[in-house]
Formats: sequence, C-alpha cells, structure tokens
Amino acid sequence: MLALSGGRILDMFLEVKGLSKEFPVEFSLLGKPKRFLKALVDVSFSVKRREIFSIVGESGSGKSTIARVICGIYSPSRGQVLFKDSPLNNDRLREIQMVFQDPDASLDPRKKVKFLIEEGLRIHRIGEKLERNTKVREILSSVGLAEEVLHKYPHELSGGQKQRVAIARSIVLEPQLLILDEPTSALDVSVQAQILNLLLELQQKNDLTYIFITHDLKLVTHLSDNVMVMYLGHVMEMGPAADVIENPIHPYTKALLNSVPEPGVKKITEAISGEMPSPIDPPPGCPFVTRCPVAFDKCRSKPELCEVENRVVRCHLYK
Amino acid sequence: MSALLSVENLSVEFSLPEGNLRAPDGVSFTIDSKEFVGIVGESGSGKSVTALAIMGLIPNPPGKIVNGKILFNGRDIVRSKNHPRGREISMVFQNPLNSLNPNLKIGRQLTETLEEHYDLKKNEAHSRVVETMRKLGIPDPETMMNRYPFEYSGGMRQRTMIAMAMLCSPKLLIADEPTTALDVTIQAQILHLFQQLREDSETAVMFITHDLSVVSQIADKVVVMYAGKIAEISPTEQIFSTPFHPYTVGLLNSIPGKKNQKKRTLEAIPGNVPSLIDPPSGCRFHPRCEKRMDICTRKHPPIFNVDGSMVSCWLYQEVGF
Repeated sequence: MLALSGGRILDMFLEVKGLSKEFPVEFSLLGKPKRFLKALVDVSFSVKRREIFSIVGESGSGKSTIARVICGIYSPSRGQVLFKDSPLNNDRLREIQMVFQDPDASLDPRKKVKFLIEEGLRIHRIGEKLERNTKVREILSSVGLAEEVLHKYPHELSGGQKQRVAIARSIVLEPQLLILDEPTSALDVSVQAQILNLLLELQQKNDLTYIFITHDLKLVTHLSDNVMVMYLGHVMEMGPAADVIENPIHPYTKALLNSVPEPGVKKITEAISGEMPSPIDPPPGCPFVTRCPVAFDKCRSKPELCEVENRVVRCHLYK
Repeated sequence: MSALLSVENLSVEFSLPEGNLRAPDGVSFTIDSKEFVGIVGESGSGKSVTALAIMGLIPNPPGKIVNGKILFNGRDIVRSKNHPRGREISMVFQNPLNSLNPNLKIGRQLTETLEEHYDLKKNEAHSRVVETMRKLGIPDPETMMNRYPFEYSGGMRQRTMIAMAMLCSPKLLIADEPTTALDVTIQAQILHLFQQLREDSETAVMFITHDLSVVSQIADKVVVMYAGKIAEISPTEQIFSTPFHPYTVGLLNSIPGKKNQKKRTLEAIPGNVPSLIDPPSGCRFHPRCEKRMDICTRKHPPIFNVDGSMVSCWLYQEVGF
C-alpha cells in the first residue's frame, strides 16, 4: 500500500486495495462474457477519519464506479474495500451513505419529505414512531430547512431545498462516511455555495469523513485535504490537494487544470486535443498516451504508480 | 453606427396552470456586428427565452411576446413574416443529441441546411460542408459525414452543431449553454473554437451561460440577468474588476477555489431564486440583498449608467444622474 504522506498515517478509516471492476459487454454463444469494459483498474487509496478526500476526473474515468463499489451497489471484480480494518458487510453499510448528483432522480416524487427522511430509520427499525419524528425534525433543522417542508412533495421544493432533503436522508442514520457524488453540479451557482457551506458545517459538527466526487477542480482546491485524479479507470496522480493543484506533476493533471476557466482572466487555452478513449478498447501502455503532449517511446508500456515527493504519480517521466 | 441586434423592452409571458409568468420582463440590450456578448443568469432568469424570442421560436401557447421590439439590422423581426432565422441568425443548443436527427447521417443533415437556404448543387454543398467541418476541427470529414450522430462523441456532436450553424455564415450566432454538458478538457476545446470563430469570421455571438468564468474568457460584454430582469450590463474586464450590482458581486464571491481564498466557508447568497409567478415587489433581488433599502421593496430600479456599465440598482441612483 502506498502511503499518501509519510508519517501522517494514523488510523486508516477506509482502505481500498487493488480494486478492479469490469463489466461484461459482449457474450459468446454460450453466454460467456467475451469482452469487458474496464471501469476500474487496480485502484488503491486510503482515507483517514474526518478527511475530505476528493476524486476528480472526466466522465468515463471511473469515479462514480468507485463510489458504487464502496457503497456496496456493485461488487468488485478484484481487490477489496476495508472499512475500519475489516471487509464490508451488509450490517455495516449503514455507516456509509451516499448523496447523489440529481435530487430529482434520487427523491421519490410520490412521497412527502417527512416520509423520505424517515425512510432509512424505518428500514433499519430504529426508534419508536415518536422518537423517529423528533429525529426527523432535528435533522431537518440541521440541514437548514423549515418544518413546513415536511409535508411537501419534492416537486414543490427548489433545487437547493431538494438537495438539502437528499443530504438529510443520508445523514439521518448517522453514518461515519458520506460519499458525495457531484452533489452541487445540478444546482445554480448562487445555491451551490450554500450547499457546500452546509456540507462543511455538517462535517465539523458530526465528525464525518467525506469522499467528494467531482469534475470541478475549483471545488477540490476549496474543500479537500487529499485528491485523487483518475483517467480511464486508472489513478494518475494522488496527494495533498493543495500541492496537487498548485503544482501538478502528471501531464493529465496539468491539462485538466489548464482547461478550467478562471474568472476574470482572458486566456483561451486548448490544453489537450482529442478525447478520452473507450474503456472497452483502451490504448496499450499508458492510458493517457493518445492525448499526452509529452508522450515518448516508453509510454507504449504501462507506467506503474511511483512515489514522487509527497504523492503518487503514474507516468514514465518520473521514476 | 446602429447595432446589429437591438432588443428593446422585451417581455414574454407564459400562461401556465399555476398562473402567468413573465421572463424576460422588460429586457433591453444591443449586440453590435462582430461583437461577442455573454448572457449570464441562473435557471429561470429568462436568458434562454430571450434567445428563443430572437429566433422567433417561442412556443405559443403557452408563451407569447407581449411587449417590446427585436430589431435586426434595423428591422423589427417580432412581427415580420420573413424571419431571418437560419440564414442570418442561427442557434446552437445545449444538448446536441436533442438537436440532431438520430436517423440521418451527419453529412445529410449538414448538406440539407445548405440546400434549404441556397440554390446549390449536391457536390457544391458537399465540398462546402467538408470545408466547414475541417475548419471546426472535425478530423477526416469525408468519413465522418457518413456516420450517424450516435457514433459521435459529445465534443464532436457539439462541433457538428456549430458547423451546421456556421454553414450559412450567419450575422449572429446564438449559443445556449454550448459547453455545459461537456467535460472540462472538451469545454476548453470548444471555447477555443469560439475564439477562432470570432477571429476568422464576421459573425457576432450571443453566448448564454450560467458560469461567469466561461464568458470571462471570450466575451466583450456581459449581460447579467436575474429573475427575468437585467441586473447589469458591463464590459467583461469591468465586471470582474468592479462589479456594481449586489447580485453580480454575490455571484463572483460564491465561485469556489479562488486564489488567495483563506476561509473554507464561501460567501453564499442567502435564499433562493424567486418564483416568477409571484415575483417579489420592487427590485426582484431585494429579499436576498444585503444592501437593500426602503425603496428597493417598493419600486423596481431603472437602469443607471455608472462608469460605462448599466446597472439596475437603486444604490447607483445619485451616481447615475
């Protein structure tokens, strides 16, 4: 296991070891899978308690697949997920909850807010009816919603309010790890800041650990302690967020950062040309070789992850 | 010199079961020829409806242009029979998959545009399409023309839409959130493409987005809309150096990850975007505004001229006159 930063490893809260996930896409006549989509290839990382760990990458990089494996929605093809030093099982999945990108898709349109927030408690048979009611009200106020919202349907709420309900649903079971899959990208700019502030406040108050999945590097700089950059199912660069963003090493991280428009700065950079190849038919060698501006001979073989200063990088330039 | 496009006091009303709503509501702005104008606003601000009104594509019912004029080259196009849509004004939408016909090859969809508007022979249309596609960075156009939209990637589809819009060399290109559905690296490519377009062609661009940092890269002028009204119109540099309207200030403050940002908590704008069926009295931003005064709750501010910007806020009443 490659350590993120020497000496700082205290208690490993979540450890992902050599995780791979493949989806069969083509079957032979006898129903045996012939071709695979490689969504994750040998992904390892660890998250400390009370950390905000960000995963960034473009669509198709495998970041949401990781979230789903950790939540137990998908089972891994290879590798394992250790949560507080032991493998996950159904009883302990309660301690890991997820907030999805689009609250319109994750909230049942036919149920009122009270039912939606209480649902988890009911399923896990926690408390009597009265206790559950108090709990729901408590959670509601902690996500900044007024009580009258309880008897409304999702369609009567604004986008920001809906996302608050989704967050309330996920924290009502008092999880320790919250996986946030692009929680603000469906929201308006002025509301996005409110939701981020709420998430930070909840993290402080409830000692939560976050895995924050996003394609927005501006959010990473703002929020996270550590960041992992993914491309085509591979970890490309991982390390302390401030360092990675200030001084990226991997050509892909550099390109990604150069692509982000900065407010008030007039410059157009076409950082990299081309598009991400298909994960069904990935290029041999380095996954980034088809778009890399500094690719050379060696890149036809796949680079291993190596430690550079305080981070890990997958690139032949660093050995 | 008169403007290429001049929108004057435009109001579009929608009759919905829940009530009537107006967005845009009394909006005026101009676009000069070759100018690049960014329209920024959140959902429900009326920015897309303004674009559809210019295109003459407001769905009626429920929508109707109830007030105002849209002058294109000095001619009112709201009530004219011969709308310049297609040949002189063209539009690119957010989701190219919704705009492309899934059953036709890309090449056919592009040549169709030319055959519709010009009296061109098939091979002439073909070579012009190839040329435009090449200009827009679509590799190997001859082969790509024989493919269907589903075989294209997201970035290529958006390039195709831009190619289609540019085929007739329009005077005005309206782009409605053309990069919102794309990944950052692809967004950078498309923005670069727009930059090239403005250098190589005579086309003016109206670029609609919810992301201020996107327009800062390419626009000459930024129009900020809020709840159906214009909040501020400023030259691009000015809007980032000295934003005037409290809403613009709030928007800029709520962008995360700015350099030299120490605190983790962001300065968010409190509250939500109001419902336009029952909009707030007076200035529509007043329930969320930190600097609200008495007059803000009673009367909607007119546009004041401040240092080359046009601002709809009572704070600038004295400065403006």
